[in-house]
Amino acid sequence: MSQAIVNTVRQFLEEYIRVEKFENDENIFAKKYVNSLFAMQLILFIEKSFGIKVENEDLDIDNFSSVNAITDFVSSKSTV
Amino acid sequence: MEKTKAPGQVKCVVWDLDNTLWDGILIEQDELQLSQSAVDTIKELDRRGILQSIASKNDHDLAMQKLEQYNLAEYFLYPQINWGTKSQSVSNIAQSLNIGIDTFAFIDDQPFEREEVLSCHPEVLCIDSLDIPQIIDMPAFMPRFITDESVKRRGMYLNDIERNKVEQSFEGPADEFLASLGMVFKIEQAKEVDLKRMEELVARTNQLNTTGRIYSYEELDAFRTCPQHELLVCSLQDKYGEYGKIGLALLALCPGGWTIKAFLMSCRVMSRGVGSIFLNYLINESIEQRQTLYAELIPNDRNRMMYTTYRFAGFSIYSEDAGVETLHYSSGARQGYPEFVNIEFPASGLFESVKAS
Repeated sequence: MSQAIVNTVRQFLEEYIRVEKFENDENIFAKKYVNSLFAMQLILFIEKSFGIKVENEDLDIDNFSSVNAITDFVSSKSTV
Repeated sequence: MEKTKAPGQVKCVVWDLDNTLWDGILIEQDELQLSQSAVDTIKELDRRGILQSIASKNDHDLAMQKLEQYNLAEYFLYPQINWGTKSQSVSNIAQSLNIGIDTFAFIDDQPFEREEVLSCHPEVLCIDSLDIPQIIDMPAFMPRFITDESVKRRGMYLNDIERNKVEQSFEGPADEFLASLGMVFKIEQAKEVDLKRMEELVARTNQLNTTGRIYSYEELDAFRTCPQHELLVCSLQDKYGEYGKIGLALLALCPGGWTIKAFLMSCRVMSRGVGSIFLNYLINESIEQRQTLYAELIPNDRNRMMYTTYRFAGFSIYSEDAGVETLHYSSGARQGYPEFVNIEFPASGLFESVKAS
């Protein structure tokens, strides 16, 4: 289950992050200036792919800062 | 036929060609007679900042040639000259311009064409070519504001078309494309001459608007001159031309804390990544002046992107009162600026006098 989330998230991110390799625990916002359009696309992608609603109080950057963080967030949302 | 449209509601007028813009039928090799009242109307609407396009069943190259001859081609954005339905042509134009179809008017001499458009888009204002002389006096075609930006609007859209062509054919990371634009982003204190444009921006901007509050010219002027407030405006240009004044921020300055009461950016620059530059500037200034930075938001179904922008910039939830959420920037970390744009900041010390008083 969780591996499936990881794969889906990686696939999306690889289109946007044009580096050869990035680790699942790597902070995707650390090195780069945060583009709010990218942030919004990421949120919409997560909502659509996993059928969950990202509430305003969920919009903490820590929930989205790495592949692992996103996977944890999606898992916690899906089981509730 | 005549439906009611709110004053100033029409943002785009779509013209037929044969027996509308000119008398006669182009493809029949008629002797064409350009309609002077149509030409006058086109020029006046253009001055008012209303966009215009074409939906004509015609030979594309032949018709464009004719428009060039008449020196009219440049007035029309995304002209649809083909043998498809006019309702489809109107949809295409609305999509290309990214504006709502309820802001469209369509002019055609044939009842069939007007009804065909109405059958798909009942919200389009359809006008008989016979009524062209009345158009410029109809309230729906009178914008509340005519500013420098209105007059330049068509040119700005033409620049956009050029940019988009290049963007679509650009291979490589988005940042590299942005860097290739040679953007200059400028933040400055609002001046009196900016107020009309700012009033227009407040009224026209829904999506990238933190509160949706409307401010009149007089209110904006009062904030501009009030020592407990700071009203900032930003503008953008790139190698294709000016975007003009595209955003504003209103801050209330209290001892110990600043509150961003309003922050909005034109949707036209959404993909340029400049909104965050503005916000990061405010964050960095507040740290410089040892002030806590607060931001008010009134979330609605359209401005979620602004909420996301704040949260991803590091703002966290502070309080909520009667639908108004207050966020605050608590980490104390300075924010960076992207490399793909040149930034001109206000004269340093803009906020220093506030601290002193």
